Amino acid sequence: MGSLSLRNVHKSFGSVEVLTDINLEVEEGEFVIFVGPSGCGKSTLLRIIAGLEDASSGDVLIGDSRVNTLPPSDRGIAMVFQTYALYPHLTVRKNMSLGLKQAKKSPEYIEERVGIAADMLELTPYLDRRPAELSGGQRQRVAIGRAIVRNPKLFLFDEPLSNLDAALRVNTRLEIANLHRELQSTIVYVTHDQVEAMTLADKIVVLQAGRVEQVGSPMDLYNDPDNLFVAGFIGSPAMNFLDAKLFDLPAEVKTIGLRPESISLADTGKITGKVSHLEHLGADTNVYVKVREHLITVRIPGQTDYEIGSTVQLDFKPDDLFRFDKDDKRVR
Amino acid sequence: MNKVKHNPLNLAFAHVALITYTIIALFPVIVILINSFKTRKAIFRDPLSLPNSDSFTMVGYETVFKQGDFLQYFQNSMIVTVVSLFFILLFGAMAAFALAEYRFKGNTLMGLYLAIGIMIPIRLGTVAILQIMVAGGLVNTLTALILVYTAQGLPLAIFILAEFMRQVSDDLKDAGRIDGLSEYRIFFVLVLPLVRPAMATVAVFNMIPIWNDLWFPLILAPGEATKTLTLGSQVFIGQFVTDWNAVLSALSMAILPVMILYIIFSKQLIRGITSGAVK
Ligand SMILES: Nc1ncnc2c1ncn2[C@@H]1O[C@H](COP(=O)(O)OP(=O)(O)OP(=O)(O)O)[C@@H](O)[C@H]1O
Ligand SMILES: [Mg+2]
Repeated sequence: MGSLSLRNVHKSFGSVEVLTDINLEVEEGEFVIFVGPSGCGKSTLLRIIAGLEDASSGDVLIGDSRVNTLPPSDRGIAMVFQTYALYPHLTVRKNMSLGLKQAKKSPEYIEERVGIAADMLELTPYLDRRPAELSGGQRQRVAIGRAIVRNPKLFLFDEPLSNLDAALRVNTRLEIANLHRELQSTIVYVTHDQVEAMTLADKIVVLQAGRVEQVGSPMDLYNDPDNLFVAGFIGSPAMNFLDAKLFDLPAEVKTIGLRPESISLADTGKITGKVSHLEHLGADTNVYVKVREHLITVRIPGQTDYEIGSTVQLDFKPDDLFRFDKDDKRVR
Repeated sequence: MNKVKHNPLNLAFAHVALITYTIIALFPVIVILINSFKTRKAIFRDPLSLPNSDSFTMVGYETVFKQGDFLQYFQNSMIVTVVSLFFILLFGAMAAFALAEYRFKGNTLMGLYLAIGIMIPIRLGTVAILQIMVAGGLVNTLTALILVYTAQGLPLAIFILAEFMRQVSDDLKDAGRIDGLSEYRIFFVLVLPLVRPAMATVAVFNMIPIWNDLWFPLILAPGEATKTLTLGSQVFIGQFVTDWNAVLSALSMAILPVMILYIIFSKQLIRGITSGAVK
């Protein structure tokens, strides 16, 4: 039994088609992440699942029942927004309990649920404060708490961490991972940060221009991308793409891809280039090498130094080469 | 708030400009107030001097309270102003919310149609309005005035409030929808508190023209029982003799309630409660 299914979902705003034929199955307890560049329709898809937006055509099923016409509050979902969207005039406690009160749950039950969520997120000391009296991280935890309290079948997160600073982002990311482990709940999560996607997801859905490019586990996408877009989007620093004419390859191959981490600098290599820039990250060094008109990123473990402008040889294993045809499809 | 170091010269100049403006704005009010306590002779002899033991008199106020039913006029003005403002704010905010929040066919056209009233003065329609009121049996009722003022105030109210409502976070409204709040609760509980400063602005802009209006009370409700304060004060302005003491006293008293209303609304103008709602 699937927890969420999307069947042939289309969405247009006026004459602009924003989502095209989206099909997706999400299993019970799965952590699914939508990634893609800005404007590709991630939020729109999430809002269609939530019921905040109607699909132009297609079906949304949550727990095996068709919910196309159900209002958001009856879909058994909870959503966490990028901007927190806390009710400014209500205390943390009331922010978290409003949904249950609206659903006419008993005060004892509400009290219990709020208690559990506050414990889990270490919000108990702040229950009687208003959102204005909290820090950004605390506000985001309240927003997450408001979702937990509803005990939903499905959690929806829309870029929940993008308003937090870097350190807080890592902490909250771990918290969300823990939450998922503890609650065993199904989560659909939108981000354009691929580190978040790689570290949190059971399954990543890569979207581009309103289409699903590929669905798979983080390692599937990294090791075995279906096309040039996915190969370039997953992995950091991004994959290098080179004209296939540089190599002796079958004619159908138009572009080849090489991950920065699978290239090494050697005395004798397959390609020759000039060092044009260095980035020292401590654990790794990123070396940018100019090969004809291409700028190739090479990631070398440890700390090394090269003189800018010096000539180097690039080496790699033939197995690490990704081949793409003229339609940017992978040639396997 | 950003703390920029101010050039003291600029600061002084700004203060001089603002103080000058304040004096110019307050001058007529003060002249009315001090002269309302002076004898008729003193008013004309030296209009700018303060009342002293010689010239002090309350005769203006006495006349006002003896002649005509001033408390009644007061009450009428108050009812008309407050009820009209209430309807302007309520219906204006509701229409603004619909325009700002929902996508429907003709949304922009509807917005334009509702805004046309800003450019066309309602007095152009006086004859038709009078005919409608006669047909509806509403002549000489406060209802007639309230209806006209509500219509007069709505276009600008909708225009301003819609602009402010577009700025209210969509996520906040969506969070409310997910929590199961009805559209009415979202409007009253989430959105209205956030546009309170705009509501106060609209209230202040509408209040003064309604309170001071002479035209519609004269045409639609000139009866003794429905006279407003402005209309009531006219009895002292005759073609040949004007009872200046009474006129000034009536005006002085007419200022008070507007001031009180203004103070109430201006508190809202300053109060920012949006902080902390969204990042
Ligand atoms: N209400 C709307 N009316 C018209 N077009 C819209 C509306 N909402 C979104 N769009 C368009 O739909 C497309 C997808 O928007 P969406 O918000 O889903 O992008 P996104 O993937 O979430 O991007 P981001 O990462 O920047 O949040 C965009 O091109 C946007 O301009
Ligand atoms: Mg988005």
